[in-house]
Amino acid sequence: MSRPVAIRLEQVCKRYPGAADLAVDHLDLEIPTGEIVALVGPSGCGKTTTLKMINRLIEPTSGTIEIHGRPAGELPVHELRRGIGYVIQQTGLFPHRTVAGNIATVPRLLGWDRARTRARVEELVDLVGLDRQMLDRYPSALSGGQQQRVGVARALAADPPILLMDEPYSAVDPIVRARLQDELLDLQGRVQKTIVLVTHDVDEALKLGDRVAILNVGGVLAQVAPPAEILAQPASAFVEDFLGAERGLKRLALLRVRDITPGTGPVADVGDDADTVRTLMHAHRVTWFGIREHGRLIGWQWGADLDGSVRAEGAQPFRAVVSPDTTLRSTLDGIVNSLTNVAVVVDDDGEYRGMVRIEEISEGARQ
Amino acid sequence: MLANGPDSFIWWEWVGGHTDEIWERTIEHLQLTGSSVAIGFVIAMAMALVSLRWRRAYGPLAALSGALYSIPSLALFGFLVPITGLGFRTAQIALVSYTLLILLRNIVAGIDAVPASVVEAADGMGYEPWRRFLAVDLRLAVPAIVGGLRVATVTVIGLVTVAALVGSGGYGVFIEDGLSRARGFSTPIVVGGALSIAMAIAFDIAFVLLQRAVTPWARAAGSGATP
Repeated sequence: MSRPVAIRLEQVCKRYPGAADLAVDHLDLEIPTGEIVALVGPSGCGKTTTLKMINRLIEPTSGTIEIHGRPAGELPVHELRRGIGYVIQQTGLFPHRTVAGNIATVPRLLGWDRARTRARVEELVDLVGLDRQMLDRYPSALSGGQQQRVGVARALAADPPILLMDEPYSAVDPIVRARLQDELLDLQGRVQKTIVLVTHDVDEALKLGDRVAILNVGGVLAQVAPPAEILAQPASAFVEDFLGAERGLKRLALLRVRDITPGTGPVADVGDDADTVRTLMHAHRVTWFGIREHGRLIGWQWGADLDGSVRAEGAQPFRAVVSPDTTLRSTLDGIVNSLTNVAVVVDDDGEYRGMVRIEEISEGARQ
Repeated sequence: MLANGPDSFIWWEWVGGHTDEIWERTIEHLQLTGSSVAIGFVIAMAMALVSLRWRRAYGPLAALSGALYSIPSLALFGFLVPITGLGFRTAQIALVSYTLLILLRNIVAGIDAVPASVVEAADGMGYEPWRRFLAVDLRLAVPAIVGGLRVATVTVIGLVTVAALVGSGGYGVFIEDGLSRARGFSTPIVVGGALSIAMAIAFDIAFVLLQRAVTPWARAAGSGATP
């Protein structure tokens, strides 16, 4: 599936006046429509410069930048920018305008009438999950997370196909940040924008990016690939180093239970006799067994505690129960905290789907 | 209780007999103050625009208005009279020159204080430069500008009393009148001084109220504010 290119950077260089070295060095990057590309790298890697060259807050020294196939320099700069949403770290909200006034900024610049602007503003506060009561408040009366949501609503106001986000979540605390990141992914599912996001946080890049572009100091592109690929095959020692510790665990955070094949697990039905259970445990090389009743896994029991046939009363609940949507990282966490060394997979209807052991997880991570 | 008479600190009968003149002097005082601050504001705004466009110009312009500000008012009137003669115009020139420093500094400082992130967001959203300047930079500098107008106006109201020396009218005429008479008759001085102070206080309060009215967002700053 190849989507049309929304933003194309070709041999783009930026040298700031008076600087000896390039800030961005012959950068080639193609961003397909509807994709989130996260630009990440250490300070001085030119990620913010790259972002700002797209909406021409910074003009490139050489090279070409095309937006939807047209050179960025073709349009008057203010017209280009009105078609590109822009979200920045300190939110940059206008302190003298209410939430409604802030969100209405670009529609007003574009000369929309009052009714259309008002309707759009209300649609947007709903979209980003803000209360309509906040429309008449000033930014200073909002929390950091709320301000950031207003910033996103403002950037989306005129429904631009492209959204540029410059370290959008670095000023909010980690809990709010995680929630805003989830909201962005959820929002993206509905609006399908082409998003270029700059961050210094590699985990944020891996979480949000459909592709991650890692830049090195001096504006050299070190690698651009989907997160799982970057984690599995870092292109260089720099990338490996930048990804940091626990690369394997980070990969597991990107994979879900549905991506692997769970085992059947040692499961006996209520009423099975002791011999059947012993054979089952032997086959699975475990000293416990799961107890199933009417198709549902109700718990487990130590083999040594079995007295006669399998009874529902003997079952104790599993500690690690996951769904097909659970990440392998959380699943692994569940496994190491369980007595049976497995995580039970149950689908949304509560139906038993199998068991995951560490073996299945490492096999899945190797693929 | 002493009877009220010419020897009193303030002789009410004199005040009652001069209501028409008091009214006339009030109008003169207001006209001179208002016109001087208004002209000063226009000139200071022009100087500020030049300073913002060419940063290097700010130093010399601030130094020039600082030098004007430091000239004692009596000396400046004395210097101007041979050139521009006695009257309203001479007083106005001197008074305008006293407003420039305060207004220029406040306008430039107010615009400089607009957060860089706000300016960047405005540019990034596609404001043309002039439109951003009016709708964002200047709008956010309004509290500082009104603050400058407040100090300039209160200062000028005081200086107008001195300007009576060059024949420009205002409450200073009463003070001059009192000073020229025999000792012991203080009423005109008290009336001129008290009215000038009252006008200064009234304008001070009015500007504070104006400042609040034009910055509704400053009052909204609540507990949830983040830097």
